[in-house]
Amino acid sequence: MNAQPRILEVRKNVLKQNDEIARTLRERFRAQGTFVVSLVSSPGAGKTAFLEKTLTLLKPRYRVAALVGDLATDNDAMRLARSRAPVKQITTGTLCHLEAAMVDHALNGWDIGRLDFLFIENVGNLVCPSSYDLGENLRLVLLSVTEGEDKPLKYPTIFNSADVAVITKIDLADAVDFNESAAMANIEAVRPGMQIYKVSAKNGSGMEDYLRFLVARSTELTSESNVMLHRP
Amino acid sequence: MMAESAWGKPRSPHLRMVELEERAMHELSIAMSIVEMAQEEAELRDVRVEAVHLELGLLSGVVAEALLFSYEVACSGTRLEGSRLIVKEVPIEVFCPACGAPKVLTSMQWFRCPDCSASTSEVIHGKEMIVTALEIRDECATTHIGSA
Repeated sequence: MNAQPRILEVRKNVLKQNDEIARTLRERFRAQGTFVVSLVSSPGAGKTAFLEKTLTLLKPRYRVAALVGDLATDNDAMRLARSRAPVKQITTGTLCHLEAAMVDHALNGWDIGRLDFLFIENVGNLVCPSSYDLGENLRLVLLSVTEGEDKPLKYPTIFNSADVAVITKIDLADAVDFNESAAMANIEAVRPGMQIYKVSAKNGSGMEDYLRFLVARSTELTSESNVMLHRP
Repeated sequence: MMAESAWGKPRSPHLRMVELEERAMHELSIAMSIVEMAQEEAELRDVRVEAVHLELGLLSGVVAEALLFSYEVACSGTRLEGSRLIVKEVPIEVFCPACGAPKVLTSMQWFRCPDCSASTSEVIHGKEMIVTALEIRDECATTHIGSA
């Protein structure tokens, strides 16, 4: 007779490898004084237009670059390149999300010098990216007015994993009868206290507030790391 | 069963892969990480893994049903083929600042204390994705019995 199976205690985080790479990336970014922002949303929420606007507005005063994840095409990278900021495409093939190793790989050998801001546009998907730390300092979740106010309730995990919510295409709000207070309440329900910005990448409304916030957060981080570096 | 098509016949492995690619891609890569992790342990100790125990938080971003389905695919052709994945779901526990105590949420659409309704976003548990234990059997023991 076979011996009875026995239990071997393990306790290992399934995403250990990803989390370790993400931690190394975060340390590297902090040492370089680079503030890293990732963007997640469903397909068509306006991530690329929003990011193009962000890059264009920051470019005159800051060193900015973007990594963009896409299943198959480089259309987004080409659109972002119009901002004249350095842009690199990560083609994920059949994979529905970015992982820290892909960010690491894309950055290696990409000679863009020291950056103030690095943006990482994830694959359009509100499910898969939530579990993967990319070493970012801030995760933005985008929700467009055309998607319906209940998106946060349908995808609570990704909203809960984000730091800031951005409501996009606000210029279309009236045309689609967008119920702004319902959307805000739904975001608040799944992630209490999360900062919410309402923007239109098309006419630029709301962009200034959001950019002021980004710059303030990056300054906080840079001064924090300076304090840490100067500690004996 | 998920493995059966609408007309009751079992689906071909190819069709199942297509379905996985369409609706459970990240569960498949998670399943592959689990298999890889268990396989390393099995090789290290020269044992056969019969079951993998996993703690899965409700906020982990992984759906248990899709993961179970993906696990079978991820195991095929490896030394874990035929093993089981045993998922223990971990509820979402938050810290309520008003009660000053940990509380278990009743809904992931409502991050408020179930007792006093204070809002809270401090998550204590619920993001876990941890392989806690393996059910193993000695590989050499079974071989010896077979050859005796």
